[in-house]
Amino acid sequence: MSDAAVRPRQPFWRRGRVGQVFEVAAVPVASVVLALLVAALIILVSSFVTTGSIDWRLPLVAYGALLQGAFGSQSALLNTILQATPLVLGGLAVGVGFKAGLFNIGGQGQFLLAATAAAGVGAALATAPAPIAITASLLAGMLAGAAWGWIPGALKAFSGAHEVVTTIMLNSIAASVIGWLILGPLLAPGFSFGRTGDLGNSTLPIILGNNIHLGVVLAVAAVPIVWWLLFRSTLGFEIRSVGANPSAARYAGMRPRFLIMFTMSLSGLLFGIAGATEILGVSHFMIPSYGTSIGFDAIAVALLGRSHPFGIAAAALLFGALRAGAGLMQVLAGIPVEIVDVIQATILLFLAADIVVRRLFRIRAERGITEVQTMTSSYAGRAG
Amino acid sequence: MDQLSTFLDSIPVLGVVFQLIGYLTATVPVIAPVFVAAAAPVALGALCGIMNERSGVVNIGIEGMMLSSAFTAFLVAALVAQAIGTGTPSPIFGATVPILVGLGAAILTGMLVSALHAWLSISIRADQIISGTIINILAFGLTSYLNRLIISPNPRLGAGIFQPLGLPSFLVDIPLIGWLFRGFLAHGPIAISVLILVAFLQIWLFRSRWGLRTRAVGEHPKAAETVGIDVIKLRYRNVILGGIFAGLAGAYLTLELSGSFQNNMTGGRGFIALAAVIFGRWTPLGAFGAALLFYSAEALRVAISLSPPVGDLGNVVRAIPPEFYGALPYALTLVVLVAAVGRSVPPAAVGKPYARETRA
Repeated sequence: MSDAAVRPRQPFWRRGRVGQVFEVAAVPVASVVLALLVAALIILVSSFVTTGSIDWRLPLVAYGALLQGAFGSQSALLNTILQATPLVLGGLAVGVGFKAGLFNIGGQGQFLLAATAAAGVGAALATAPAPIAITASLLAGMLAGAAWGWIPGALKAFSGAHEVVTTIMLNSIAASVIGWLILGPLLAPGFSFGRTGDLGNSTLPIILGNNIHLGVVLAVAAVPIVWWLLFRSTLGFEIRSVGANPSAARYAGMRPRFLIMFTMSLSGLLFGIAGATEILGVSHFMIPSYGTSIGFDAIAVALLGRSHPFGIAAAALLFGALRAGAGLMQVLAGIPVEIVDVIQATILLFLAADIVVRRLFRIRAERGITEVQTMTSSYAGRAG
Repeated sequence: MDQLSTFLDSIPVLGVVFQLIGYLTATVPVIAPVFVAAAAPVALGALCGIMNERSGVVNIGIEGMMLSSAFTAFLVAALVAQAIGTGTPSPIFGATVPILVGLGAAILTGMLVSALHAWLSISIRADQIISGTIINILAFGLTSYLNRLIISPNPRLGAGIFQPLGLPSFLVDIPLIGWLFRGFLAHGPIAISVLILVAFLQIWLFRSRWGLRTRAVGEHPKAAETVGIDVIKLRYRNVILGGIFAGLAGAYLTLELSGSFQNNMTGGRGFIALAAVIFGRWTPLGAFGAALLFYSAEALRVAISLSPPVGDLGNVVRAIPPEFYGALPYALTLVVLVAAVGRSVPPAAVGKPYARETRA
């Protein structure tokens, strides 16, 4: 790769369609490789901290276990897909926001509220015919997510309050709201802990193996739909225009306020599908302390996927594999599963410091700027 | 007087408001320390934000800086305590060597993480909000990982906490204003330092050469460079110095408030600090006031749990679910932020990376 720069004629991977993909994907791929190396170093250091001696084979053992846990068997593979499902939806949610110059870090609140709504409606319709029960619970989740995403959108559109702060506040408020809902109106009697009722007919059907539920299909379908919306529809063009240059978009007759609210609602809706399908297909009931880091994970997915739906799908599969394999890694190599969070953050670090990555791997700078670099321009009440 | 208040309290609906006012005036002196204790880390985080944003750098990563400092404060203090023992606590604040070393480690961590943010946003010119977000994710991931690796297997790890200042009783018993002393001074050293730091930074920012230069760099870096101010250097210095405040905020959580470390224990305080910066119009005093306002909800919760109100007000309070109080600081922040934004103007160059020799 290193002598490519001096050759007059570009090698095949820098020409044509392949070259375009290479130009976009080179830095993310390089960042993943570097992050895995850094994590290997961290594993070595932590083995020294815990045992007092350095086991040089430990990173290999750990990554071997990780691969085995993610791809080693059919059930491992299905588990990877299952783990990737909410990440695809969340990544799309954050990515759509990025395209409009909006940073939705309120995914957690939107996810939790949607999960609670789906669990509540699902339990209420437990004995209804399955198609009705499932559709209604999914819709409830989508609506709840979209509504919780609409609020910061409206706040930004009409007052200019930056969504980075408002969505975080709404995350904490959502945690209280779902606590009140689950221990109050939605509380199911007869359990030793606070939870929503059994789902009955509202449970998403299993379509593959023993854990791949219908929600996986929704996530897979969402990828081309969002791609079409962003790159082939008028609305998507407007969303991208507002993100790239708000004032130009306004002069061209687009409606920034509507677009901000629409995009945030759409983002919330996608997080809502993630929340609803996780409950209806995986957990089957909701508790007040339901733990999720989907908000942050989705940001990582969207950044690694360059906010492009297909890139997001690939990034979600990678992180899904890491999460699916981490359990086995903890068992076989004694590395806490939280190393996945460290790897995730390190990838982002290299993505941000892309100048360093480019220098290391001799990757040329891209033409133009990425939409992510326009984020800060709208900070603190100077919305477009 | 009593008749008047009884009359006012008995007015339907509106009477509850008067009862609330009466209740608050009765309880505020008692719960005043809660205000300051809850607001201290947010105020410190806000000072970090002001240092950054006044020099033109957006800092979304305050949360992560606080979290990583809280972690190293606890871990270093605990490890030192394990190695050399805690020794005898000093008569003031109950300070011990391990706690002081932990405090130093927290400040150093805050500065180091800030240096990373400075490098990413000033030298690399990455999007500053993305840079801050990465710091948050990195801090969350690393502290959870190390927590599981080192702290969780050793439940006896710990170094204790700073003790609040014991005030002489004649000061506290002064009628009408005695509770103010208790409210603001009956705390550990970090919470008390907030008062000093706020005043200090307020004066420094608006009455010193450094302050003038900092504000110039945040408003119009090109002009500042023209008169010979090194924009890049000053931004680096201010962002890294701002890390001291985030470090103190983190140390406050583990070495003064709780004495233990939990994953994600900052719980959004870094973001509330950002809102405090905006609502306080990028001034230290204003941000401190905003932090106190945001946590008045927390103080109210404590008041109600300590001495439940009676009468109509009591009935109203009992009808409110407990989750409401948990959400109140955040809801209050949200409302206040929406009202403040637009009316408070940020430094003009905030968020824009500075490059020499280019057109602005």
